[in-house]
Amino acid sequence: MNETHEPVGTEIAAVTTDGHAAHEHAAHDVSKHIRAYLMVGLTLIVFTAITVALSYIDFGSQKANIAVAMLVATFKAGLVAAIFMHLSNEKRMIYRILIFTAFFVLGLFFLTYLAWYDPIVR
Amino acid sequence: MDIPYTVTARPDTGLWNAKVGIWLFLASEVMLFGGLFSAYVFLRLDASPGDWPHGLLNVPVGTMNTAILIASSVTVVLAWASLKMRKFARYKFYMAITILCGIIFLAVKLAYEWPEKFHHFGVHIKTEALEKYEPYLGNKHLLAKGHEPRNKITGHLHNPAAMRDPNIHEFEIALDQVNADPTNPDSDRPHFWPVHATDKIAHVDKKDVKFAGMFLPNFNTYFATYFTITGLHGLHVLGGVLVFIYLWLPVGANLYKRNPEHLANRVEVAGLFWHFVDLVWIFVFPLFYLL
Repeated sequence: MNETHEPVGTEIAAVTTDGHAAHEHAAHDVSKHIRAYLMVGLTLIVFTAITVALSYIDFGSQKANIAVAMLVATFKAGLVAAIFMHLSNEKRMIYRILIFTAFFVLGLFFLTYLAWYDPIVR
Repeated sequence: MDIPYTVTARPDTGLWNAKVGIWLFLASEVMLFGGLFSAYVFLRLDASPGDWPHGLLNVPVGTMNTAILIASSVTVVLAWASLKMRKFARYKFYMAITILCGIIFLAVKLAYEWPEKFHHFGVHIKTEALEKYEPYLGNKHLLAKGHEPRNKITGHLHNPAAMRDPNIHEFEIALDQVNADPTNPDSDRPHFWPVHATDKIAHVDKKDVKFAGMFLPNFNTYFATYFTITGLHGLHVLGGVLVFIYLWLPVGANLYKRNPEHLANRVEVAGLFWHFVDLVWIFVFPLFYLL
């Protein structure tokens, strides 16, 4: 209906003339990102190796080791979300959905925390 | 009938519909895995000393699988970028690599990692009998060093009939390194390279055993959470691979001919799901393999 149907043959024209809001990622934009994608992939693999190496270092207690590993994992997850999932540059609606999600998932973990400090058992 | 906003953005949100859809779905996925992870935290914090095992999984294999999953995350975003640049052959190539990576990941899990656990045997020793098996447990050494005690003897079961036959009164176990030489400081911390069972044999009396079995979900809480979370994650990998195969087949080519942007959007949405699966694994890997 209101979609832009471009035949395959005119793809170059489609990219250059079709500059309206529907095409958020023009082709030349995307090609610039490819290097970033490769670098992020490489960084993730390097940090996987770092996670493994850090787990064999004693940081004083098991809790400290878990904290260090989770810190690295959060950094890696942030990279995936920001670059691969394009969250570094997304529309407001998506952020709104994610704020709700973060709120509820933190609430979920907080319930676990409450259960741990159950005054009836302890 | 045409579904509106599959390619162009809705004026009010600035998004095409499937993008909103996949993010709502991923939000529900966050809650699903969040529930399991919070259960993991609870169960782990509540485990009594010595009841949360370490170093039972194959770290090099897990590391390799992590790298494979990361590589597939790169190739799926490159496949999408290729479509945006209208390079269909390149899209097919990157998508094929992504599918291959997903299949390798699943194959390693289902054909190697899990079956290896299914054949690994262990017994929980009753508290009152721990002293009797001290030569295999080395608890005095661990106590002196301030480490968590051991209450399990693990290895390869030589007489599997003992699991069912009530007339057999003991388990004959080819010990894992950790039980064969428990006071060796080398066994105090997990190793990077897996240590295989030794040829040292231990006979464990059935009446001293609280629970005996293979490394299945019922062996302990650790394996229960491990199989649940990696199993659910594996199902997600399988789902992603099936969608990628669908988009790789002629269906994809036909859609590309009709409207390349529509296929690019489908690949983007499938890719978002795939990145989420990768993101979950980023947390699963250290929590189960390393810590």
